[in-house]
Amino acid sequence: MAGHSNTDYETYYVPEQSKLAIWASLTLFTTLFGAASVLNDQTFGEPGQETNSWFIFLVGLVLFLATLFVWFRQTIIENRAGMNSSQLKHSYVIGMQWFIFSEVMFFAAFFGALWYVRNLAGPWLAGEGEAGRMNDLLWPGFEYTWPMMETPQDAIGGVGNQITANNGVMTGPERNLSFPGWSNVGHWLPLYNTIILITSSVTAHIAHLALLKGNRKGQNLWLGITVALGLAFVYLQYLEYHEAYVEYGLFLNSGIYGTTFFMLTGFHGFHVCMGAIMLLVQWLRSTRSSHFTPEDHFGFEASSWYWHFVDVVWVGLFLFVYIL
Amino acid sequence: MGAHGPAKGLMRWVTTTNHKDIGTMYLWFSFAMFILGGAFAMIIRAELFQPGLQIVEPEFFNQMTTMHGLVMVFGAIMPSFVGLANWMIPMMIGAPDMALPRMNNLSFWILPPTFALLASTLFMEGGAPNFGWTFYAPLSTTYAPDTVTFFIFGVHLMGASSIMGSINIIATVVNMRAPGMTYMKMPMFVWTWLITAFLLVAVMPVLAGAVTMMLMDVHFGTSFFSAAGGGDPVLFQHIFWFFGHPEVYIIILPAFGVVSQIIPTFSRKPLFGYDSMVYATASIAFLSFIVWAHHMYTVGMPIAGELFFMYATMLIAVPTGVKVFNWITTMWKGAMTFETPMLFCIGFVFLFTVGGFTGVMLSLAPADFQYHDSYFVVAHFHYVMVAGAVFSMSAAVYYWLPKWCGKMYDETMGKAHFWISFIGFNLTFFPQHFLGLAGMPRRIPDYALQFTDFNTMSSIGAFIYGASQILFLFNVIRTIVAGKPTSEEKTWDGAEGLEWTVPTPAPYHTFTTPPDVK
Ligand SMILES: [Cu+2]
Repeated sequence: MAGHSNTDYETYYVPEQSKLAIWASLTLFTTLFGAASVLNDQTFGEPGQETNSWFIFLVGLVLFLATLFVWFRQTIIENRAGMNSSQLKHSYVIGMQWFIFSEVMFFAAFFGALWYVRNLAGPWLAGEGEAGRMNDLLWPGFEYTWPMMETPQDAIGGVGNQITANNGVMTGPERNLSFPGWSNVGHWLPLYNTIILITSSVTAHIAHLALLKGNRKGQNLWLGITVALGLAFVYLQYLEYHEAYVEYGLFLNSGIYGTTFFMLTGFHGFHVCMGAIMLLVQWLRSTRSSHFTPEDHFGFEASSWYWHFVDVVWVGLFLFVYIL
Repeated sequence: MGAHGPAKGLMRWVTTTNHKDIGTMYLWFSFAMFILGGAFAMIIRAELFQPGLQIVEPEFFNQMTTMHGLVMVFGAIMPSFVGLANWMIPMMIGAPDMALPRMNNLSFWILPPTFALLASTLFMEGGAPNFGWTFYAPLSTTYAPDTVTFFIFGVHLMGASSIMGSINIIATVVNMRAPGMTYMKMPMFVWTWLITAFLLVAVMPVLAGAVTMMLMDVHFGTSFFSAAGGGDPVLFQHIFWFFGHPEVYIIILPAFGVVSQIIPTFSRKPLFGYDSMVYATASIAFLSFIVWAHHMYTVGMPIAGELFFMYATMLIAVPTGVKVFNWITTMWKGAMTFETPMLFCIGFVFLFTVGGFTGVMLSLAPADFQYHDSYFVVAHFHYVMVAGAVFSMSAAVYYWLPKWCGKMYDETMGKAHFWISFIGFNLTFFPQHFLGLAGMPRRIPDYALQFTDFNTMSSIGAFIYGASQILFLFNVIRTIVAGKPTSEEKTWDGAEGLEWTVPTPAPYHTFTTPPDVK
């Protein structure tokens, strides 16, 4: 029975009923079902056919985002109404920490793939060691370099000469975005992006320190700067992609270099956007509604942890995708 | 807090945040999936009853093996243990509910639409996924049916559900234990689930990464798994099994936990070597991250890799052996009785050990070249999955059903269920060892004549095992509808633990104020 009064124990708030979960479930499902249908229309569908896949996807997405908005809003309202015991607050902390850990493991899969193709698969395809014995037969003339400018398919003169399964044309890029040498480093966008993101981690920390001291003005200022730096990063990343597609002949399907480059930087960029939105929400809460106290500011803290995580991933990217 | 009892009608289940309601939904959902996956298995065994093609086309047969594996692993076994965790963990550690109740409901409600979609691919153009539950590239990329896209997003959804469920369990165990319930006092089931949840959070994102790479290869021309572009199909296997091997422990560790709860009860002795059980579980979890390539001995790895993965795999036999010896030592000189849950647990210890030994055989790289992709492998993992996970799940249901619904199940029918399952199971899978050693490959709809007798036995066994599950369902429903009411707090006189201190049937809310644990 609820309502026992136990002086040294706060009641753990368990909401009795909630429609949030079923809304989130059905709208997320609709979104992904729509997305899958869009992709299937595009890849396997008849040209010019009429389907409502995009409609399903967009309706699902809008409703899903609306559900998330309501959900987070309600959580904030509950906390501000004092319904959350310190124990419940700690549950949120644990939840966020393990969520970030799961994100780390997601990126680990892509970094692992990059390591594997660079250190094992690439040399094997070029004939190194026991595993490379079939090189003469399958990919004669293929030499391994990184960034891989010439794919095995290029080396044998195109998909027509391929004796293995035909997965389509896989041509290497014309140019890559790796470290261009010290003389050109001034035009190298990733360097600026690195400086921007590391700075933004510092400014996020300064905002946190200001918050802990109860300095609302400093907190708002430095958090605002952090969000601005995040948006600047996204803009530069957009410029870089534009440059890659328009000037460098570097596409998502430019062999394994294009694949790993765009997937790693792309997922990172997506996470930067999410992190920036999270920080922006905290900034709005702080500037418009004066949320957060030095003792109670989980939303801020969780967003800044996420931001630091995104930053650390970038450092890994900068090293393994751009420099080494 | 508002109302104390559950709401009425369908909305009770849709909007609930109660760990017992959500646990119940998980358990029923997983049983429904068990029946569905079982139906696929029956089609497979019916086709293999005799050589030649009689019932299904080879293309459809491939869809059956794939869907059977996917539905059983992701729809039946995993959700069943999550259901058990939902029901039991808060009661075992003296918590009022799970740590994040609304997210808990979301974790469940993602599953029904996802599996409805997966099942509906059977009726879509091009047919259901047909590339095996391990979905190796390029079968799942270059040669995949169009429905692969729905499969990929389905895996993303299941993964999201599992990750949220696991984070919830970690937060509950770390944060919600009653005062005095230290880590080393936690029931083994709670320990094994804590470690399982950690494994899930660590590897489900990697699986999400693998299917995302597939998605890009299929729809956007990337070359993760295409040698022509500089990638490698073997890369898929590495990423998949980095998830896949921990996955088998995700399935079996909660089963270990269940058995470690039940054997002491019916031996009327505390669990032998509790501390060593905890450390063994943790060691198994650690080792599970460094053995994945034992699934890939024949793929052409460098010799150093073969050796490393072989020795690391064999090491797992040590902590697993610790567990088996501990269960046997717990029974040693105990005042044992053999109620249905105990029968299933003893069956588990015997048959899981058989599966463990064939696992050691398979871990030997040179020998594995013989066994690889044969029915020996099929026999091995069904000894672990069915006689391991499913037997322990049956034991758990009989063991806690009186606590859940305040009614006693029919012991005679329970024992009949056990013996028919036990015989049916062994008749199905023991001959498959011989089939594999004699060279019958897995995942084929037709076979050479010399394999006929063992296949016929195996199919008859499968029908018996399948029928025994109907008996199980009947017994459970009969218990809920017309079972003999019981209100004893402690259903079993040897049972220990907080769940046996609350009234029977367990009230809707338990431990709204924490109990004192000595
Ligand atoms: Cu394994």
